[in-house]
Amino acid sequence: MNTAVNPNELTSDDDYGPLYASRKKVYPQSVSGTFRRIKWGLMAFCLGVYYFLPFVRWNRGLGAPNQAVLIDLPNSRFYFFFIELWPQEVYYFTGLLIVAAVALFLMNSIGGRLWCGYLCPQTVWTDLFYAVERLIEGDRRERMKKDKSSDPMKLERISEIVLKHSIWLLIAWWTGGAWVLYFNDAPTLVKQLITFQAPMIAYIWIGILTATTYVLAGYMREQVCTYMCPWPRIQAALTDEWALNVTYRYDRGEKRTSVKKAAELRALGEQVGDCVDCYQCVAVCPTGIDIRNGPQLECIQCGLCIDACDTVMKKIGRPTRLIAYDNDINIQRRQEGKPPIYRIVRPRTIIYSAMIAAVGGIMLYALLTRSLLDVNVLHDRNPVAVRLSDGSIRNAYTVRLLNKRGFDRVIAIDVDGPVNATVHVVGVDSVTPDRPMIVIGRDQTAELRLLVTAPAESNPEKSIPVHFHVTDIGLGEAASATDNFVAP
Amino acid sequence: MTDHGEIDSVSGRTTTGHEWDGIKELNTPLPRWWLITFYLTIIWAIGYWIVYPAWPLISSNTTGLFGYSTRASLAVELANLEAARGEKMAALAAAPLADIEKDPALLALARAKGRVVFGDNCAPCHGSGAAGAKGFPNLNDDDWLWGGTLEQIMQTIQFGARSGHAKTHEGQMLAFGKDGVLKPDEIVTVANYVRSLSGLPTRQGFDAAKGEKIFTENCVACHGDGGKGNQEMGAPNLTDKIWLYGSDEATLIETISQGRSGVMPAWDGRLDPATLKAMAVYVHSLGGGK
Repeated sequence: MNTAVNPNELTSDDDYGPLYASRKKVYPQSVSGTFRRIKWGLMAFCLGVYYFLPFVRWNRGLGAPNQAVLIDLPNSRFYFFFIELWPQEVYYFTGLLIVAAVALFLMNSIGGRLWCGYLCPQTVWTDLFYAVERLIEGDRRERMKKDKSSDPMKLERISEIVLKHSIWLLIAWWTGGAWVLYFNDAPTLVKQLITFQAPMIAYIWIGILTATTYVLAGYMREQVCTYMCPWPRIQAALTDEWALNVTYRYDRGEKRTSVKKAAELRALGEQVGDCVDCYQCVAVCPTGIDIRNGPQLECIQCGLCIDACDTVMKKIGRPTRLIAYDNDINIQRRQEGKPPIYRIVRPRTIIYSAMIAAVGGIMLYALLTRSLLDVNVLHDRNPVAVRLSDGSIRNAYTVRLLNKRGFDRVIAIDVDGPVNATVHVVGVDSVTPDRPMIVIGRDQTAELRLLVTAPAESNPEKSIPVHFHVTDIGLGEAASATDNFVAP
Repeated sequence: MTDHGEIDSVSGRTTTGHEWDGIKELNTPLPRWWLITFYLTIIWAIGYWIVYPAWPLISSNTTGLFGYSTRASLAVELANLEAARGEKMAALAAAPLADIEKDPALLALARAKGRVVFGDNCAPCHGSGAAGAKGFPNLNDDDWLWGGTLEQIMQTIQFGARSGHAKTHEGQMLAFGKDGVLKPDEIVTVANYVRSLSGLPTRQGFDAAKGEKIFTENCVACHGDGGKGNQEMGAPNLTDKIWLYGSDEATLIETISQGRSGVMPAWDGRLDPATLKAMAVYVHSLGGGK
């Protein structure tokens, strides 16, 4: 019950509570167990991919970049193994973002914040930075003691701090460095960076990313999740009663009491829980919360508390998984003496999976069937049509040809429009007057001004469709576009 | 602060007094770093006012400590851009006029440059797409008063027509009516004769033989035998389908009576040689060039 307070009674600022609160520093304790091992594994995998992927080579033929993953901004190309994307195909990235978003929803409906706990870069790098800190300054208790120490300026302590920050900065620097390698040929850029020949922009980006990595993973840590990230709020709204979240099984844990007292009470036949209030789950938590208070925004559901609790349960000879991936329904059911049920397949997960499959399928289909020869036509609007001195009508078009192949090609242009119309490409003296041919460089676009003239006797009276067919005379590959032929 | 009026029994904290659907908002303290960041942004803003041009004064503005201005940096960037383009424009200036269209890169450059310059200088008369208007030739068609080869187009752009420039094109349509050379009925007859040259219908009872006679005596000197025109004098071809001022009888009578002497300005000296070249190529590539 809230009690209404007479505003006049609230006189000092203290009555309203403080304006700001300082951060409570978190000292996560080291832990071992299943989830910790999964986290180590995923961390190694993620960081390995991130740091070394730019060095993977992929043969695309002479003259084309041989980097497997390359974002070539100057030439507006994106290379991903066998895929080469042009700027006008940027919708593939839209598709990827949709798949990524729905995959996040799917993960959430299956296992809660799996992304947050295991894969999010903030989690991965913070975890890595904690590991370094632990290695140098010792585990939880030691670090707490060192921070509280009234005499912190001992040489040993200073060297520890310097070493820690040096390693942090080294990791941060490598992180920023790896990022720029995705935008240029990695081995070349590494050489340039070392000899100070790289473009200034590379150094600037390395500087920015070094700073953000260092600050976010070294200092901000769980505050990024708590105060900056929108996902905890969205996740809370998207979850349902079947999602497996890291859960304290209070039905099994309460009442909490010490090991000794629990034994005594059990001997007397009294009801006590398995939780011995050892606070190990709190000690290992990277966001510094108590999972026993139920689901909360700060919890990234990394499962480390499960490992910590299991260790204790084994030691005191009680069943493990007092904290586990579980849902509230099962807590209810166990209290009612029913067996727990787990439901991964349910409408929500089916719909998410279907969405991922549909968008992914469409993208894959589009990718596999996409044309490597494209033509776009734009009719001149001003003027739309010109009458020539002999009474014939001419329309002008801007034709854009795209050659996405890695070699030069000869392209023939056929126009199917007004009867007996003639075609002329400005700047091209064609050997075959009615079938202009142009050479288009590999991996390039060509913009042509194309004039279609209908003789006086076949002047159309109104707008009629005109088709532009382009054919690679070597490969036979063809593309076409349709526009209109307009009378003045 | 009077909004605070309740203490939440669970947390023991005051609420903000805001309530949505029965859910009340706790008066949760901000993280300290957040508040510091907020204050830093305020200090940053004040620093920004001092360092950069910020405050409007009556007729100017504060200039900031380092004299930075976006105007100045724009000027520098434009100069850099000109320098970067300099090489290409030099290539354009060096290339013979006839070869530009054969080189796709030079053609693209000339067309891009030409389109912009055309928009700035030529569009007021010729229209943004060079479609022309009454008295202003359509540059997309194949009918040219002063010739449609690259060199001829270049010549016309450079020196103009009746522009007053020493090398300008000269020649004008005389005012046969106003000057009393032809009588009104003769003008009507010759106007109909001219219409007949390009296959347009003529007035009933019109005397073709008389028209031909008047035409031969007065017009052939400039418009040539059969009215085929003469590009040396800018005399239009009267047998084709294209009419600069219009082909209806009333317009023709007006043209013959009052004369015509439209002016194309000379661009020599106003546009640099490379730009003039780009213009000629652009106009030629519109499709009407010979």
